[in-house]
Amino acid sequence: MIMEKELLSSLFKTEYSKIIAVLCKCFGIANIAIAEDIANDSFLKATEAWSMHGVPENPTAWLYTVAKNKTKDYVKRQNLFSVIITKELQNRVTDYDEIELDLSVQNIRDSQLQMIFTVCNPVIPPEAQIGLALRILCGFGIDAIADAFLTNKETIHKRLLRAKEKLREANFQITLPAPGELNARLEMVLRIIYLIFNEGYYSATPNNILRKELCLEAMRLNYFLLENASTNTPGVNALMSLMCFHASRLDARTNATGEIILYEDQNRALWDDELIAKGNIFLIESAKGQEITKYHLEASIAYWHCTKNEPANKWEKILQLYNQLLQIEYSPVAALNRTFALYITSGKENAIKEAEKIQLEGNHFYHALLGYLYTGMDKIKAMAHYQKALLLAKSEKEKVILQNHINQL
Amino acid sequence: MTEFMMIFRSEYKPDFKPSPEQMAASIKQWQDWIGGIAAQGKFVSTNRLSSVGAKVVKPGNLVTDGPYIEVKEIIGGNILVKAESMEEALLLAEGCPILMVGGNVEVRPVISM
Repeated sequence: MIMEKELLSSLFKTEYSKIIAVLCKCFGIANIAIAEDIANDSFLKATEAWSMHGVPENPTAWLYTVAKNKTKDYVKRQNLFSVIITKELQNRVTDYDEIELDLSVQNIRDSQLQMIFTVCNPVIPPEAQIGLALRILCGFGIDAIADAFLTNKETIHKRLLRAKEKLREANFQITLPAPGELNARLEMVLRIIYLIFNEGYYSATPNNILRKELCLEAMRLNYFLLENASTNTPGVNALMSLMCFHASRLDARTNATGEIILYEDQNRALWDDELIAKGNIFLIESAKGQEITKYHLEASIAYWHCTKNEPANKWEKILQLYNQLLQIEYSPVAALNRTFALYITSGKENAIKEAEKIQLEGNHFYHALLGYLYTGMDKIKAMAHYQKALLLAKSEKEKVILQNHINQL
Repeated sequence: MTEFMMIFRSEYKPDFKPSPEQMAASIKQWQDWIGGIAAQGKFVSTNRLSSVGAKVVKPGNLVTDGPYIEVKEIIGGNILVKAESMEEALLLAEGCPILMVGGNVEVRPVISM
């Protein structure tokens, strides 16, 4: 029984998104609720049947057959053909008795790729895009999504409903964007994939398994884009490289209770060499063509952070990459990291001068950095900044670390 | 926030051929200075202008090589920044590498068309 449960849950994760994608493609995004109902019904039937008769030899094929039959039943029962679907199906099927879900490998792959572009859609807010992507594209349960966002099921449920409502209103066609729009749309998709990855990588949830799953799902979605010639662009390769480099430290960066281990304190033997090697390959692949995206620069920074021995020019390279990254897109994190790289390459005095200019008064990392830079230079200022950081810090663990710094002054 | 353009001018030295090391050091200076502006979220865009192959078009479709015969200074590039005031823009100009080679920075508010 336990094995069946595990099998069903892993089957759900891999097959749910496929069935939903094909159903949405068939019925149109406006009828996403129907697609979800049919997919859910199919899994429910599987759970019931398999708990009584045991798991069949080929559970996936079994599931597809159920989904196909459920679709036929649904169309008949609701008489949807005349009411809702006529328009959307008119070019595809002429007789509703003949409606046959195309669950071939090719159609699943095409539908999923098109669904990525449908879900990562500027008509809905980014947070809702992430939620919807996790639900529809990755087959995550509402519980897991709520857990990842550190919120409750009700909030996620409402957020997803609103997002689906928006998609319904916009009545988006489930297709790949036109060639002229592809790059701009791809950029939005990459943004959402990276947010999903970061949700896992930097999430405050202590659930290590969930964190890892989020990272892997983001990489899986990105892989979809790499598999298709029209979406296998330098930027997509760069993001894949970046995620490989980051993911190589997944096991090293948390302890058994899910607490973060800082970069300097990590056991480098736990870094995943295979993922680092993959990151290198995708980074080389991303260098084809003239385009330099922020992912290229972030991947290159991550590359230097994956070098196990400390090459002499490492921090100078990192500084220059942050200089370039900030010119493409400003972010407080990049500004702070640049200042830290400046400190390593040109000393505290210079770094303090630059740090005072970036003025991130409400940011506790900013004050922690200034506290650190002033330590040994100006005790009063160091104390003042550490105190401000302490006031602004959110987590208990950060407060303990800051208090330690203050005590050592 | 207003946009300001900084225009970099320096003495025209056609015989100055920097070594690769000098080139690398110069690129670092410029990148560190521009990176400092970008780290404040005030960078918009920048251009570096080539000192060879310049042409000047004059009335009557008269095209001549470069502006160099008539001028002592040449424009080496520009940067567009965001700042609250001219005073703030002038602060951003501090440390511009062109100043280290005896050049100057002209700071001009941009008028939106």
